[in-house]
Amino acid sequence: MADLPTARLSMLQAAFIVARRDFLAILFSRSFLFFLLGPLFPAVVFAMSGGLGAAKHDRIQEPRIAVQMPSADIERLLVGHHKLENELGRDRIPHFILLDRAQGHTELDVEAALADPNGQIGATLTGTLDAPVLTGPQQKLDAWRGFVAMQLAVARNGSDLAYPTLQMQTIATSGVETKNSRQDTAQISMTLLFLLMMLLAGMVLSNLVEEKANKIIEILAAALPMDAVFLGKLFAMLAVSLVGIAVWFSAVGLVIAISGDMGGIGMVLAGLPTPGVGWPLFCALFVLNFSMGYLLIGSIFLSIGALASTVREVQTLSMPVTMLQLFIFFFASFVLVDGAPIMELAAILFPLSSPFAMTARAAQEESLWPHLIALAYQIAWVILFIRWGSRLFRTRVLKSGGAGRRRSWREKLLSRRRKRAA
Amino acid sequence: MDMALGDREQAGNAAVTQAGPLAIEARGLVKRFDDFLAVDGVDISVPEGAIYGVLGPNGAGKTTTLRMLLGIIDPDAGVRRVFGHDRPHDIARLIGYLPEERGLYPAMKAIEAIAFMGALRGLPLAEGRRRGLELLEAHNMAAAAERQIRHLSKGMAQTVQLLGTLVHRPRLVVLDEPFSGLDAINQGKLERLIRKLADEGTTVIFSTHVIHHAERLCEGVAIIAGGKVPYAGSVEAARDRIPAQVRLETRAREGAWMAALPSDARREGDFFMFSLPDGGVEPLLRQLIEGNAGILSLSIERAGLHDAFVHIAGEAAAAQLGDGADGGLN
Repeated sequence: MADLPTARLSMLQAAFIVARRDFLAILFSRSFLFFLLGPLFPAVVFAMSGGLGAAKHDRIQEPRIAVQMPSADIERLLVGHHKLENELGRDRIPHFILLDRAQGHTELDVEAALADPNGQIGATLTGTLDAPVLTGPQQKLDAWRGFVAMQLAVARNGSDLAYPTLQMQTIATSGVETKNSRQDTAQISMTLLFLLMMLLAGMVLSNLVEEKANKIIEILAAALPMDAVFLGKLFAMLAVSLVGIAVWFSAVGLVIAISGDMGGIGMVLAGLPTPGVGWPLFCALFVLNFSMGYLLIGSIFLSIGALASTVREVQTLSMPVTMLQLFIFFFASFVLVDGAPIMELAAILFPLSSPFAMTARAAQEESLWPHLIALAYQIAWVILFIRWGSRLFRTRVLKSGGAGRRRSWREKLLSRRRKRAA
Repeated sequence: MDMALGDREQAGNAAVTQAGPLAIEARGLVKRFDDFLAVDGVDISVPEGAIYGVLGPNGAGKTTTLRMLLGIIDPDAGVRRVFGHDRPHDIARLIGYLPEERGLYPAMKAIEAIAFMGALRGLPLAEGRRRGLELLEAHNMAAAAERQIRHLSKGMAQTVQLLGTLVHRPRLVVLDEPFSGLDAINQGKLERLIRKLADEGTTVIFSTHVIHHAERLCEGVAIIAGGKVPYAGSVEAARDRIPAQVRLETRAREGAWMAALPSDARREGDFFMFSLPDGGVEPLLRQLIEGNAGILSLSIERAGLHDAFVHIAGEAAAAQLGDGADGGLN
């Protein structure tokens, strides 16, 4: 007996066998065609959610005009600002950040202030009320010059009839503008990530129902470790999802190529600012973050779904599952617009929101190493979730006991010590 | 082998364990499902190359015991070893398992199902398909190779699953209620297949609640009732636990010769029934002849496995066996 080989498949080999069966079974099923039609519905949600995010974004991150003038001029400008604000409404006029030297503010470095991506300054107003200088990117100057001139006129004369000569200095772009543009990329990519995950991860819920209903689970459990079964099923669904995504994106590209830029999708994509890490890396990170997000939430869904015995139970479970996904997405979106570093760190550390937060980060920041660390961190959580799920399945569904399980390193150590002591 | 087995060894087991190295060895297996104690200290030893039956009524703990032996579930207490390994998954390639509740992917083709089951045990898919086709041809099912499982009859699907269990040529085959749901012809085929596997050196262990399958096929049995194993050992030893019964028919209804009958003799119609005396039947025969009993017939009947089961597990367990769907007591 002792000469028998330990004839066990490795974890990856075992997972691959399960994954290949599931992948091919789904890919060559008729229902896969319906699956490919799935994005029609989320496309509507995409539009709605994008608008919602944009509204919140506008309210919180609206750039302001940094003003540095003599104290008396600032006071008069403030009076004029309030007067116009009362007459036109708060949201109609650009707002100021007042940097009064008499109040202890240092000399304004216009270029540095505009270049700071973490600041909120979209343009600067310097000089005096009689010789004002508005500096900023062309887009902002075009948008604000009229309002600024009106406020200067009111500040000088109490009426808006006498406009001062407003000198304008154009710079390429401001830091806050770059940041806001990148936030758009981040928001769009996060929303896309969310929609793909919501569309695809739910499928994992019912993934073990077939095996349980057909009693195949006994054959799988007898031949393979449950970890491998879970891992295989998860990767099969990920592969199916990636095939789906490839088909959808190819279809969009094909439609644009054949019939022109219908609906302006191509124009919108072309108009998106370059992400912090650049487009090629951003696309790669997007795929990786989607994969990790899918594996993370999928491993939880698989575990929960594995406890269900019937399709009806799975359907009942899908509601809280959808809510969980929405919560994660809104948390990540909130972190994006809030911008507080502690919140960003929380979003990165919370495993389920981590891929969202890292996608947003890839859009906004240049550094790559945090992504490598985050990927390793997320992989660790995937392994943990799978082990937790398979253990839950063995104890709750298969009702496995504790006498035959693999002993932990601590138990082995204790056993060795006991033997030595004996 | 990092766990030492306990010293417990049931007397009946000795006859079987002496035959050679063990394919399966279990000591003190315990399994509890919530408040229900399904298996309570089961000891089993199955020699390599044997046909071994786990015999008991429904709900006795047969399936739970097999599932623990295969590593599908771990016991709450006790030790199990398969070919010397205490983690059966480590030697999954050497084991074939047919569960009681048959299961196959309905959309899979028969040949793919067989190859897939082989792949689960480490057999390359291409080789699995090749061997699967050979097996299907050998069972006159070659025409079904490319048909989906959902389009096969129940019996054919069961055969496909059985072939999938064997395709990787395991050294140990575990069959849970394999005769369940089969008609008489297919039961006969399965019996022949089990014998053939054993002839080739494969260890076969199967559970059943139908005694005659165990009696016809098995060298060793474990009788299980209420989660316990009151007997595990050879079939012969089990039968020998009950003295042979003598069945005597005489012309004379009464006479002095009756004093020669053992004390447990009872009349059943025209016959006297009693246990074979320790000294054999010859002294009794002499006395009957001398007493002019007029012997019409005398037969010595060795106890069957059924009688042994009743003797070992009790009438209640035997009655539960009788509730089995496939005939129970046979």
